[in-house]
Amino acid sequence: MASKGIAGKVAVVAMGCSRFGERWDSSADDLLVEAVTECMTSVPKLDRDDIDAYWLGTLSSGMSGLTLSRPLGIGDKPVTRVENMCASGSEAFRNACYAVASGAYDVAMAVGVEKLKDSGFSGLLRQDPPGDGTAAELSMTAPAAFSLLDPAYCAKYGVHAEQMRDAMTHVAWKNHANGAHNPKAQFRSPVAKETIDKAPKVAGRLGVFDCSGVSDGAACAIIVPAEHARDYAETPMYVRALSLVAGSGRGAMDPGYDYTSFPEVVRSARDAYQQAGIDDPRTAFSLAEVHDCFTPTEIVLMEDLGFTDPGQSWKDVLAGDFDADGRLPINPDGGLKSFGHPVGASGLRMLYEAWLQFRGEAGQRQLPDPHTALTHNLGGRPGSCVSFVSVVGREAGR
Amino acid sequence: MTGLVGYASYLPRYRLAGVDIGLRRGDRVVAAFDEDSTTMAVAASADIPGARTANALYFATSTPAYADKTNATAIHAALGLPADCLAVDFCGSGRSGFAALLAAANTGGLAVSADVRVGRPGSADEKLGGDGGAALLFGGAGPAIAEVIATASLTAEFLDRWRATTSVTGEQWEERFGTERYAALIRAAVERVLDTAGLPGADHVVLTCPNSGIVKRAATLVKGEKSVVTSPIGFSGACDAALALCSVLDIADAGQTILVLSAVDGCDAMLLRTTTALPKARQPRPVTAQRAGGLPVAHLTYLSWRGLVELEPPRRPEPDRASGPAAGRSTPWKFGLSGSRCDACGFVHLPPARVCKGCGATDRMSVIPVAGLRGTVATHTVDYLAYSPSPPVVQAVVDVTGGGRFTCEVADAEPERIHVGSTVGFTFRRLSTAGHVHNYFWKARLDGKRDG
Repeated sequence: MASKGIAGKVAVVAMGCSRFGERWDSSADDLLVEAVTECMTSVPKLDRDDIDAYWLGTLSSGMSGLTLSRPLGIGDKPVTRVENMCASGSEAFRNACYAVASGAYDVAMAVGVEKLKDSGFSGLLRQDPPGDGTAAELSMTAPAAFSLLDPAYCAKYGVHAEQMRDAMTHVAWKNHANGAHNPKAQFRSPVAKETIDKAPKVAGRLGVFDCSGVSDGAACAIIVPAEHARDYAETPMYVRALSLVAGSGRGAMDPGYDYTSFPEVVRSARDAYQQAGIDDPRTAFSLAEVHDCFTPTEIVLMEDLGFTDPGQSWKDVLAGDFDADGRLPINPDGGLKSFGHPVGASGLRMLYEAWLQFRGEAGQRQLPDPHTALTHNLGGRPGSCVSFVSVVGREAGR
Repeated sequence: MTGLVGYASYLPRYRLAGVDIGLRRGDRVVAAFDEDSTTMAVAASADIPGARTANALYFATSTPAYADKTNATAIHAALGLPADCLAVDFCGSGRSGFAALLAAANTGGLAVSADVRVGRPGSADEKLGGDGGAALLFGGAGPAIAEVIATASLTAEFLDRWRATTSVTGEQWEERFGTERYAALIRAAVERVLDTAGLPGADHVVLTCPNSGIVKRAATLVKGEKSVVTSPIGFSGACDAALALCSVLDIADAGQTILVLSAVDGCDAMLLRTTTALPKARQPRPVTAQRAGGLPVAHLTYLSWRGLVELEPPRRPEPDRASGPAAGRSTPWKFGLSGSRCDACGFVHLPPARVCKGCGATDRMSVIPVAGLRGTVATHTVDYLAYSPSPPVVQAVVDVTGGGRFTCEVADAEPERIHVGSTVGFTFRRLSTAGHVHNYFWKARLDGKRDG
């Protein structure tokens, strides 16, 4: 038994991404039409009827394939709605890739959407089945769950609370600075470090600027067999690895787990690197789009994805290693921090940045000669989560 | 009648400052937002070593959490009592507390009473009441710490204190009317019970009454050789007499008599004589120690706890009501805080699981009760966003001594005192209420300063 992957078998030939934000004027249907229209317009050699099957990722903006087929007027095509918490968009992409790689379909579309701002509440809403009322998730919001990383990380590595605060602030400052150059981001202004430090508290030591925004958005991708990719796009984006891990929830029950790492991320990264034949994750990537739902998450992810050593990330963050002009730019598009996190859309939004970068279409954010990118989604919370890692490249192989 | 074998009181941690409610000095003991008569009954009972072997449970309160549903069953489940143990409510007044005592003395079993006394802002009830619980265990194994010598009961119908069933605050007639009626009833009850016992008087007298005129005159109404005590926290409803009795059991010597007088719509009397077993079987923390100290709560916050004012909530949805069948399936966990330990590898699952997360073994689990154990904080946070009847919510990941981990809220929280490595115990609380369903579960409670 092994995770063999589908390296080099499929490629993305078109993408679309809506503007993210508090889209009071747009429904989930409108956001889907916005992303899909951009996508179809960019690939003149394909029209709607050429797409053989669809996968739609959404957490809470609709049920079943009808959520996509009705607004797009798709008739008589297979449309599958998938949900894997915050990795829902990536999960749609993964399934669409596998469908094409299997030979079942010639052309598939992966779509993600989330309309969060109609609820009237702050943050994400949970949709739990009826239960006994004892689950910790019921009384602990996501920022609180991820804020648990901060004191645990400080205690384990002997990091002074102020040093950790500085590192968290740097993550928020960096991602907002990146997002300021992105016309599709929810927040398009740089934020001063002092403002970040002094923001009202949300949970633990996390202030408002340590948390990703809450926004509406949609994004999509068209996937074809790699050998046909150049028929449709001059610069396709090749899929080299797709890995998904759902944890057993052991960490939430195991005193051996110390809340300074996501074992699910470590395992999915290892799997993805093996699929893609990546030996050294520190040097393999031109950029990485990671799940910066909260600032300490990004700090811990740098270690779990193998971009630095355990206990070292906070120093590398402060040294600027992951800034747009650092050794490995992290979230050059602005990340969840600048885009907000319309759950189903985020995974595809990350791939959209890699797509733009490879094609030289990233505007002020353009990196010099990018060739390989990693995207990462995390759903759940420390101790009990799902993790998705993809590796995509400008070339089919190394 | 069976003998008394154990006792314990529970006073909540919070205090209303006297200056906020018109007291010249001192403060008032108040239950936290997540406490009710049921949770305080659990807290009091859990401190009696033999409580989990009780053959019957009689629960008295004037502030039941539910009507049409027995509240004693939640206490029964939280204590892990066997299915064949009777558990019933005695609801209504301070008289119900004495009835529970009498029932337990007759059949053996646990008499536990608890109350949350609420007064209108500025009222005497707000000033002079107190919230708490008390438990007394009769019969069963173990030596008696006191024997019941005699009892007497006098009943009288008159209007001194009353409360509409739909109201959280009560009313009282002109106090002097009740004082006069009660004084006569008390004298008559004392005469009768001493006559039955053939004794001229008692060493200690416990006199409790919802009429504060009686409480003020207690020492002149009845003579005690050693002491005359009233409720240690002010009028505390159904647990008034039991709580005062606990405070005397904290200090009485072996071989002394204690006359308990509960004057509520009549007067009930119980005369006890302590044994040589008492000095070694006192409760772990005397009433005086529980009464001292405490955490201040702002008056406005307190009023919101009792539903007398409504504060702006966080912009988050209120929780769904807990599911009856789901709660029913998980009773040992939800009410008893019991997990499962893998027989193959020892991994502890909180909540219990059928498939081991350590080794994958299926259905090879033993029950592991955690409620009485202690734990250590692995990491913690304060959640300013989460819905709570009293935000912010303080939460901790707790590693249980001897194995296991779970994440829970921290009760009576002082966030600034919590750090990685802090030690905690567990306390049964009401997390929230939705659809008139109380969501009971356990929280961690930081060790007091006395524990370092």
